[in-house]
Amino acid sequence: MDTVTGVVCPFCGCLCDDLEVTAEKGKIIGVKNGCAYSLTKYLNYQKERLPAPMMRKGKEQVQVGLEEAVERAAQILADATYPVLYGWSSTSCEAQHLGIELAEEVGGAIDNTSTVCHGPTVEAFQELGHPSCTLGQVKNRADLIIYWGSNPLQSHLRHMARYTVGAEGKWRKGRDDRTLVVVDVRKTYTARVADYFIQVEPNGDFELMSALRMALRHEEIEQDAVAGVPVEYIEELAEVLRGCYFGALFYGLGLTMSSGKNRNLDAAISLVTDLNRWTKFVMMPMRGHFNVNGANMVFLWQTGYPFAIDFSHGYPKYNPGVTSAVDILNRNESDATLVVASDPAANFPRKALDSLLGNPLIVVDPHRSATAEKADVVIPTSFVGIECEGTAYRMDGVPLKLKKVVEPPPGCPSDEEILRRILKEVKRLKEGD
Amino acid sequence: MRAILVTGRSLGQGLGLELGKFSDTYFRSATTCEMNPEDMGKLKVEAGELVRISTNHGSVTVRAIKALEELPQGIVFIPYGPWINLVVRPETHGTGMPSFKGIEVEVEAEKTREALRVKDVVGQG
Amino acid sequence: MELLIKNAVVYDPSNGIDGEKMDLAVRNGKIVEPVELNRAEVLDASGMIAMPGGVDIHSHIAGPKVNKGRELRPEDHLKHVERKTRLKRSGVGYSVPTTFTTGYWYAGLGYTTVMEPATAPLETRHTHEELNDTPILDKACFPLMGDNWFIMEYLKNGEIEKCAAYVAWLLRAVKGYAVKLVSPGSVEAWGWGGGLKNIDEVVPYFEITPREIIRGLCKVNDLLGLPSPIHVHCNDLGSPGNYKTTLETMRCVEDLAKKGRPSIHIVHVQFNAYAGSGWGDLSSGATKLARYVNRHSHVTADLGQVIFGDTTTMTADGPWQYILHNLSGNKWVNHDVEAETGGGIVPYQYRRRNYVNAVQWTIGLEFALQVKDPWKICLTTDHPNGGPFIEYPRIMAWLLSHEARDAALKRINKTARRRSLLDSLDREYSLSELTVITRAAPARILGLRDKGHLSVGADADIALYRIDPSTIDLSKDYRRVRRALRRAAYTIKEGEIVVKDGEVVRVPEGKTFWADAEAPEEAQKDVGQDLRERFEKYYTIRLENYPIGEEYLRRPAPMEVKMEAGQA
Repeated sequence: MDTVTGVVCPFCGCLCDDLEVTAEKGKIIGVKNGCAYSLTKYLNYQKERLPAPMMRKGKEQVQVGLEEAVERAAQILADATYPVLYGWSSTSCEAQHLGIELAEEVGGAIDNTSTVCHGPTVEAFQELGHPSCTLGQVKNRADLIIYWGSNPLQSHLRHMARYTVGAEGKWRKGRDDRTLVVVDVRKTYTARVADYFIQVEPNGDFELMSALRMALRHEEIEQDAVAGVPVEYIEELAEVLRGCYFGALFYGLGLTMSSGKNRNLDAAISLVTDLNRWTKFVMMPMRGHFNVNGANMVFLWQTGYPFAIDFSHGYPKYNPGVTSAVDILNRNESDATLVVASDPAANFPRKALDSLLGNPLIVVDPHRSATAEKADVVIPTSFVGIECEGTAYRMDGVPLKLKKVVEPPPGCPSDEEILRRILKEVKRLKEGD
Repeated sequence: MRAILVTGRSLGQGLGLELGKFSDTYFRSATTCEMNPEDMGKLKVEAGELVRISTNHGSVTVRAIKALEELPQGIVFIPYGPWINLVVRPETHGTGMPSFKGIEVEVEAEKTREALRVKDVVGQG
Repeated sequence: MELLIKNAVVYDPSNGIDGEKMDLAVRNGKIVEPVELNRAEVLDASGMIAMPGGVDIHSHIAGPKVNKGRELRPEDHLKHVERKTRLKRSGVGYSVPTTFTTGYWYAGLGYTTVMEPATAPLETRHTHEELNDTPILDKACFPLMGDNWFIMEYLKNGEIEKCAAYVAWLLRAVKGYAVKLVSPGSVEAWGWGGGLKNIDEVVPYFEITPREIIRGLCKVNDLLGLPSPIHVHCNDLGSPGNYKTTLETMRCVEDLAKKGRPSIHIVHVQFNAYAGSGWGDLSSGATKLARYVNRHSHVTADLGQVIFGDTTTMTADGPWQYILHNLSGNKWVNHDVEAETGGGIVPYQYRRRNYVNAVQWTIGLEFALQVKDPWKICLTTDHPNGGPFIEYPRIMAWLLSHEARDAALKRINKTARRRSLLDSLDREYSLSELTVITRAAPARILGLRDKGHLSVGADADIALYRIDPSTIDLSKDYRRVRRALRRAAYTIKEGEIVVKDGEVVRVPEGKTFWADAEAPEEAQKDVGQDLRERFEKYYTIRLENYPIGEEYLRRPAPMEVKMEAGQA
């Protein structure tokens, strides 16, 4: 029996690095310190696993050799005029590097899951900036925590205990030392443990934030209520915000997905920037997948942009709404898709998905995902953070090295290896042109 | 009944991600529609019975339950997954992000059709 | 691989060679005696000058801060795009270029070594990932230490040896090269939204002053025998009147200088050379600082010269960046790092007609022209803070040519011009002096023994420029000189030709230097204990996940650093 300590969990943007994973005869039998998601992943990752490389021949997917699958995948990408390379958020940075190189080589578009997650957040960053910090600053200093449009007790299960309300820091002992504010359209589990719960009308976040900014400046709000929240409550909340020593606003998809999208984030960033006049205030997006931030980082330093990048002209172009995956698909502009470590069949709106499924599709993933079922080429790979190493970036930008805890199935390559092989084959094919 | 649809993460749906998209856990979680009990009364729908959610993009059959996390009247909550993707708005308004929350939908009691399994719902046009 | 460069006019100030026509011989990546070559490729460098490859001692090119800068400036990226070729990866950018582009551009300028001067240890894994993707150049990074909790606690208790053991451990753990301080103490105060006004204010909760942090780390640096002195971004950066703090900072380590070696390197001194009491009467403190530097041998500095135009400011000086956001109204990124440091990013435009910006522009040049010994200064813009590195040739022209300065002076704010000394400063740098401040001095200050010169045994990093000193008037023909310096005729890296006429022809991997420092044994044990006890209270990751393995450096080049005799 082997126990590995300091294991970094490959589930969500919390990237908890204190897991202890025990394996016996190459099989994981126990996990300490992990949350329910983590436990479920470590103990069940073998289920619903892709058994072998497959290719669609006729109507069925049949098992093929790895060589054949790689060649077919490379052929599809090399032949395509405008392929889309999508996913990237649940694999290592090392694999993400190769994704960009591949997209550049084939002159396609590359996008990661931010596009349907915190893409609007990043768009707002580009316009307004972002007052932020690493999670330890919150743990050590924050006496006011806000979750806005985010429900950590359902999505990031250890966030509160490890980094915010329940954590013990240098100046804050724990729950009693901190005030918790939750803003949401419904009284979530997180809202139930809050000191202040503000129920906002759906699609009313922009107005509410604007009203808070007005209240902070002691401006008259002429309505009785904004977005369903009585003005007296808004004014009271403004004083709570102003009166803290160190406030931290964590925000989720409630802001990015509701009407207004990136404008909701504009309002949030403006609010937190304003608050810095009176006190120390920071904000941070609750990143969903364990390495979506890594995808943004790698894309940024190699191409200058965090997602939705088009290489069709030989250099990186960025224009969300035009070069973003869902939009390319909505307009039927692409003619092939490579999906790595993601499941757009489960995540994309119908119209975009139909377009995706209408083109040759390659899936590289350990899981038998809904997308893999529909693919023309499927290549199973090993799980990053369980069966192979890799670098990932936490929601606050801290990079960590994910460990290998057990061996992958015999002959099962990592995403990195497969992408390297596909890239090599694509270059060979293009050379022949 | 007109309502606002909010989609999002739920524990069951999240666990379902790890148990597999074809697992029972995933199916049960992602085909659940949490509703305010009074709204259910209006529609004459009991917990566990089927409802049909429709927009001008499509419609989907899901199972109604009493909201686990309090919902005001006029709002329904369904976890992320291929089911809600049949009805959400695909336009991104120049942001890349489709509309997954705060969408106007029609909700009605569903007497005939069952909730589809993943393999049938994906690839259904 | 053998190369014989013939007929170049060579500038190698380290060896007293000041514009001599001579041959340079290269073999296996090193400079050798010409007689040692057997079958060399011959490069005819007639009409060209040869210098050692450029060494940039301070340029923000890689890491979390730089990347957030890239995120913040999509509009800046539109200014320039690089297409993918068979040889080169694509890229974008002007003030915050992408990593591949950064490597290609520096090489095109004839630079072969660049230092990333500020990285938060907790996030330095990221810095190394980006440095790996910065082709051609040799590089290193400086971990930020001036607001580090362990360091402040050790220094407060007077525990220099333990502090040294910790610093040695930190350099090894994050593969860092030199000790960097940015507004020491003030950035910790910014963790609460505050800041310190001078070097004698006390850091809240830590009961230590910036003066004590600077002195303490200076002693530590010396004890460890590190190759470079402490690099210090002085407190009060950007404030009118701050030259006084800079003087105090330089004075406070005067008694710690040993054997005529510098004990402190002041980075981007221009930003800390302001006299006056407010923006309206802002004036130059360059003369006072230059005078001090002329009279003392323990200080070196790099310029931080301003270039008019649009750029992006980014420093670990969180409080200053917030002030700049309010002054300019431009968008603002803030990033504080637990138990270590902070930082901020704000786009900024330096305008000729703006009084303050014009004064800033004159200050860097006044300083460079009044410091007598070029070995004490290095040419930088604190890229991208003062301006993008791709514009270095402009600065070179201003230093080489009074006419070039004059042409620029004519166009700046008239009051700033009147108040500046520049009109009366006739001095023109010689090519030899330019070589010193762009190669020889930075390499020496950094302790990079095989760089910055063309002695036998040196790394064969050579830059050839199409400048013929016998026919060109450096002063009058400054435009031609500037163009020649912008596109190296040849850049040779580790003995291989990587650039021809400003275009990249080969893309090798550069080395990443790091200081493999040793520390007193007893102190190491104590520090190990302290880390085990306190690390996880301060941080949000485990101690075992903090150190960065050498596998993160594509071509690691550890520099074994031994303590001074009698210290072990």
